[in-house]
Formats: sequence, C-alpha cells, structure tokens
Amino acid sequence: MDRSIFVTGAAGEGIQTIGDVVARCFLSHGYPVFASQEFESRIRGGNSSVRIRVAEEPRNAPREDADVLLALNPVAREHYADALRADGLLLSSDGEGSGLTIPFVDLAVEHGGQAIYANAVAAGALCAAVGIPFAVLDGVLSSAFAKRGEEIVRGNVDAARAGFDRAASQLGDGVPEELPSRDATYAFASAHETIPIAAAAAGCRFISAYPMSPSTGIITAFVRDADLGVFAEQAEDEIAAINMALGASAAGARAMTATSGGGFALMVEGISLAGMIETPIVVVLAQRPGPATGLPTRTAQEDLLFAIRAGHGEFPRAVLAPSDPQEAIDLTIRAFDLADRYQIPVIVLTDQFLADSSFTLDRLELPAEIPPDRLADPADFGAYARYAPSETGVSPRLTFGQGGHTVCLDSDEHTPEGHITEELRTVRPAAVAKRLEKLRRLRKEIRPPEARRTDDAERILVGWGSTRGAIAEAVDRLRAEGRKAGSIHFTELWPLPETERPKDARYWTVEGNATGPLAQLLRGGLGWSIEGTIGRSDGLPIDARYILERTP
Amino acid sequence: MTKIEEYASPVENQWCPGCPNFGILAALKRALVELELAPDEVCLVSGIGQAAKLPHYLKANVYNGLHGRAIPAAIGIHVANPRLKMIVTSGDGDLYGEGGNHLLHAFRRNPDITVIAHDNRIYALTKGQASPTTPRGEKTRLQFDGVEIDPAQMLATAIVHGCTFVARGFAGDIEGLTGILKRAIAHRGLSLVDVIQPCITWGNHPVDWYRERVVPIPDDHDPTDRDRAISVALDVEDSFPVGVLYEPPERETFAASYRERVGDGPLYELPRVDRSILEERLDRRTVRL
Repeated sequence: MDRSIFVTGAAGEGIQTIGDVVARCFLSHGYPVFASQEFESRIRGGNSSVRIRVAEEPRNAPREDADVLLALNPVAREHYADALRADGLLLSSDGEGSGLTIPFVDLAVEHGGQAIYANAVAAGALCAAVGIPFAVLDGVLSSAFAKRGEEIVRGNVDAARAGFDRAASQLGDGVPEELPSRDATYAFASAHETIPIAAAAAGCRFISAYPMSPSTGIITAFVRDADLGVFAEQAEDEIAAINMALGASAAGARAMTATSGGGFALMVEGISLAGMIETPIVVVLAQRPGPATGLPTRTAQEDLLFAIRAGHGEFPRAVLAPSDPQEAIDLTIRAFDLADRYQIPVIVLTDQFLADSSFTLDRLELPAEIPPDRLADPADFGAYARYAPSETGVSPRLTFGQGGHTVCLDSDEHTPEGHITEELRTVRPAAVAKRLEKLRRLRKEIRPPEARRTDDAERILVGWGSTRGAIAEAVDRLRAEGRKAGSIHFTELWPLPETERPKDARYWTVEGNATGPLAQLLRGGLGWSIEGTIGRSDGLPIDARYILERTP
Repeated sequence: MTKIEEYASPVENQWCPGCPNFGILAALKRALVELELAPDEVCLVSGIGQAAKLPHYLKANVYNGLHGRAIPAAIGIHVANPRLKMIVTSGDGDLYGEGGNHLLHAFRRNPDITVIAHDNRIYALTKGQASPTTPRGEKTRLQFDGVEIDPAQMLATAIVHGCTFVARGFAGDIEGLTGILKRAIAHRGLSLVDVIQPCITWGNHPVDWYRERVVPIPDDHDPTDRDRAISVALDVEDSFPVGVLYEPPERETFAASYRERVGDGPLYELPRVDRSILEERLDRRTVRL
C-alpha cells in the first residue's frame, strides 16, 4: 500500500484539522503517515492543502499526485484537479465532476447541529473512502475533543458518522475493505517540533527571535512549553535578536535564535561578531524561496552558500542541515556542542518543508550522552585573558564576573586580554591564526555524508538536508527499473568534510534551487566532477517523481 | 571598600587630549566607587565610536560589540546574569542613530540597565558628520550647507515611552555628573543619562560655550510629573537643563516573570532541564490515542 490523500480548501476552512484527524486515525490504527502542507501567504482564502501519505512502512517523502482528493470548496477542487490520478477518487460538496458528493455543511447542520462540524463530516467521508473503520475515527475524535466537553465530542462524532455513511452509501460496491489493525506504535513529529526540545536538552536557556515564516514555530514552542526552561523574547528586529542572544551567550547562557533568509540577512553582522568575540551561538535558518520576500510560505534550499559565507571577514563557523525530526534532535544538540567547544556560530539549515511536515519514525529519542557546557573553572586562573593563545586556537572561556574575574570581549581586533589593538606586527597575525586554527581542527570532526546503494552505482544523486527521503525513494525506483543508482547525502556541510566516494560513477546534485550551490561547493571545495543539478525552485518540495523525470 | 585604583586600566587611551569624555570616565569611576561596586560586579557594554571605547579605559567586565547594538547585547547579558550591574556607554550616533530602534524598545522593556549617552552632537570618529542630535542649520564635514532636519529629542522620547529614569548631565561638571550617575545606576529599571560632551575637534562650540548655557534643574522640579519632564526635556533652545528630569514610581523590570521561575542567579549555574521532562515531551509526539 502507498496511498496519497490530499485535503484541500481555503485558509481558515479547517483542512489542518481534517488532515490531523485522518493522520491520527491511520497512526492509531498502526499505519505510518507522512503529512506535509502547502499554503499561500494569507490569513483567509486562497488554496492550500494537507497531504497525507500512508504506507505499511514509513515513507517520509512527499508525493505530488493524489489517490484521494477531498475538496472543501469548488475553487480548491479545480485548483488541485490535475493532481488526482486517473483512477483516483474525488470527494467534494458540489457534485461537479465524477466522484462522491458530500454536502459537508448540510450534513454537519443536520446531524451535528452546527455548521462547524463540517470538518468532522469531511473526516468521516475520507475515512470511509480509505477503509478506516468508524470505531477508529470515533476514538480519535473523542480523545481529540475530550477537553472541549461531552457536547462537542458528540457533535463531532455524529457529524463524522453522517459523512462516513454518506460516502459509504455512494461508494456502494466500491467501498474499500476495512484496513486491518496493525500492532505498531510510531513517533510522529516535525523537525521544528523536535528542535526546541533538543535545544533544551543541550542546555539552551535563551532564545530571542523575530517572527518570520517558516521559523516562528521554534520560539513559539519555548513560550508555550515553559517547562523547557528557556527564556524567550520576541525581539524588535532580527538584528536585536542575534545581538541579544550573543549577549546572553557571552554571559554564559547557551543561546540561540531562529529566522528565515530575510531575517538572517539582517543577522549577518552578528554572525561575524560571534566569530570575532568567539562567542557560541546557534542560529536556525529555516529557508524559504527568495530573493527578498520571495514566497513566504513555500520551501527552498537557496541559502546554503549564504549560510556558509555570511559575515564579513574570515572566521570559522559550522553549517548543519538535518533531514528529519530525529536528525534535527541530534544536530541541534551537536550544534550547541560545536558552538561551545569551538566558540563559534553554528547555523542549522532547515526549510518550510521540514518545518511543516510530520514524519513517522519508530521512535524519537535524545542521545544517551549529551555534552556538558564548557565554561572554565575560574580557580584555574590568576590573571585571566579571554583570548589566551593555545595550541588548538580555543581559549578557556570564563564569563563576566565568574569567580571574581573580569572578562573583556571586543568586536575590534583585540589583544589576548580582549582589549582593542592596532598592533599589526604580532598581535593581529596571531589573532587571525588563532581563529583559523579552530577552523582547521573543526573540519577534522565534521562527519562525512551518508552513502546509500553506491557500491556498484553508475549514477549517484547527491543531496543535502530535507530532500533525503525523496532522493532515497528515487534511487529505489531507479534500481527497480534496473538502473544502477545510488545516493550520497550531506547533513554536515561546513567545513566541507573529507569524503570517500566511487570514482567511476557519474554525479548529479538534487537541490531545492536553480543554481546548484551544493554542486558548486563539491566542485570547488572537494574537486568532485558533477554532471549537473536536478534543481527545483517553484516553491514546492522535491519528490521522487520529480527526480525520476529529470534523471538522465 | 572599593578603591578608585581598582578601576585603573592598563589600556592606552585613544581620546583627544582634553576631550570631555575624560570627565565622563572620571565621574563613572567615582560613582562606581561611591556605590561600593567592585569591578567584577560591573559589566560595561558599548557599540562603536570614541565614546564606545570607554569600557577599555577602566577595569570591569566589557562587551564592546557592534555599532548600534549595545542595547540588545546588554539586555541579553542582563537576562543571563541579573547580578551584574549593567552600564551601556556609547555615543549619540551609536545609541540614537544606528541603534535608535533598540533604545525605543528598551524603554518599553525596562531592563535594569543604565545607559550613558555621550552626546557630542557629531560623528567624531568618522571625522565630523551630523549626528541625530546635531542642531538644524549647523554646518558639518558632510552637511556642508548646514543640517536640514531637526534633531532627535531622545529624552522626551524616553519619557513618552515609559523610561523610568531620564536625566541630562554635563561632562564638564564631574561632581554633578557623578551624583546623577550614582542615582541612575542605583535606580531599578532602565536609566537614560544624556551627557553633554562637547567635541573639541569637530564640534561647532567650545566647552565653555556649553558651560555658560548649562543650568541646573530647579530643586522644586517634581520628577514624577511627566508633562513637566517632557517640557524640560524639550527646553534646549537657549540653555541646557541638567539633572534628573523624570523618575516615576518603579515598575516591573524586564524578564521578571522568568526570574520568578528560575531564581536570580546566573543562568549558567542552573542545572540542565530534567531529561525525563524532555523525554516525556518527545514521547507525547508518539501517537497513542
């Protein structure tokens, strides 16, 4: 089984609720779900969709075609009609075209007593159309609305029953067999839901951020979940956001910020400052298509080189790009650790697709060992110099007033004591060498990319970050067609890791952009020969079919 | 008891000989000593410019960050360690121009920080362009025919936005300035002290021109009277009223509710959040309905 269900409608119409209920039905019935969404940058109206993919085993990648299309209004039905497969099933309210006619609102009023239960009618009809037993839906609705009281639960369940029965009766002989219950339990989450938890586990105590899609969920989680223990402040702009976080970090608190491309552009001077004052900071850069305001609610991978190059002057930084919610946990914790150990900025690249897609995984877990903070012991110092020379380039870090010491940080070039200097003969060269020694050592511990099915591969697809699931699926389908394909996937991108690879294969990068920044990096930085880039820059996520249609 | 020698810095001073900045430095040191604050209890934050070099010229904790960004950095430091006595010291270009937006929102937040604005009404380090406080009509090295816009009225703006301590000082009066700084530093909440600091290199008037026009705010001025304070703040046509313009009753300082939850120590001393709480949160994302 591999079914794709599109729930479509206008912003504010409730597709999110319907998608959530149907996804929970599958999950509680023992089936893994991948749920993604695409929507317009508006509060009401327009066309948006929640896309649910169900299979026996987790398939954490989007599909662009639908086996079942539920349209809450005629505009959505027309807008998404092309996505419906020829043998697919349409559920709509107006009876236009073929498919089931479910008058969502009328049934809601008739059976639930109020129009607001139209979403429950739709969820009921969908469940009937895909073989979810009504008892499962009943259970999901009852638990989801339990807090809202008996009456709301009954209204939802009765409306859902009406939608379920109407769909079943219209399907007649075509009603699908009930899906058997499976004894499986999964974790279901998005990367932006796991990042705040991982940050708290890594000891983060401070976030300042300015709301910007698709990054806003991160600071929101810290405010909503006070038990994460993180101070969260909505800054007046992204410049303030990064400078507040750097201040907090300089004072010894693990700190982060989160933004998207336009906000990151405002933070760039702060990234350079972090490099100069050697103060740890973690920045989540949730990408969306640019330039400028671009497509605020869509997805892209356009900011890789921006993340790597952001900031004037020369200084070390790390750039990481998780591909799923578990990797988001691991790399968030690693980001805080690298930032602390090397006293550098670390950028975690996500994107709208990763932010807004819920993945099914066997489990979500924190690593067994989470590295501790590394403030030095003030008793080890008589007179303390913040930038004391060392073999590794890393100086033991004390913070302001710790153990009675005074600590001096300066954005100007500075002496080992942290004071402004223009001594060009010895101090400046030593300071430059110190910062770059950290980069040299950091590079040695950046993890190589993951190679998959590359041993005998003739074609290798190289990707980074959120596209891993789609690329893996494309490789498997190429293999199924008898074509020897493999993939190499980067999640740690800067400094570029040394990498073993098959020498006689041909390489293409697969990226959510038009100019192939990964290809540029691999050619220039590692000397790889890359045939070209399978790029996507229309704002939608890369899926396997998109790759297959473009793989030479 | 803290001695003034404890605040001595080995760093060579780069200010012009005779710069009134020396007066601000002397007054600040005296205020810190008289408040019995030790150097390791004080954190000085600055941006960029000649004034922003002040933190290097006395011994204390120092965060000399980016141009215009001293305020957000100080807010971050203050949240992370409220035991530090936070003092921002920068110029009018840095605080009112490049960083004006941050100052505006700092008035609203009311963090326990003292902001000393070295107001020389000129960009000095970049050699003589107009600052936000240069009076209309004054000729500069960039505004050759005279400044064509009105100066920013930051003290009045501070009062309007609820800043809880607003004062004007004069760098040529170390004694008077020491008294104002002591009150500002002791005040719980955001304090803004705009210090008239004539630029002896690029300014259009010598120090004595200002000295003749500085007038103390009368003893009977009521610093809780908001409307009166705004009038005094705007009354800078022919003279400069010096003293505390506005000090309303204290109100809640920034991050108070977070501090109620985690206590008043530095955040780096807090243990990590209990792992079981986080694991339970991850587990909640596992669907068991």
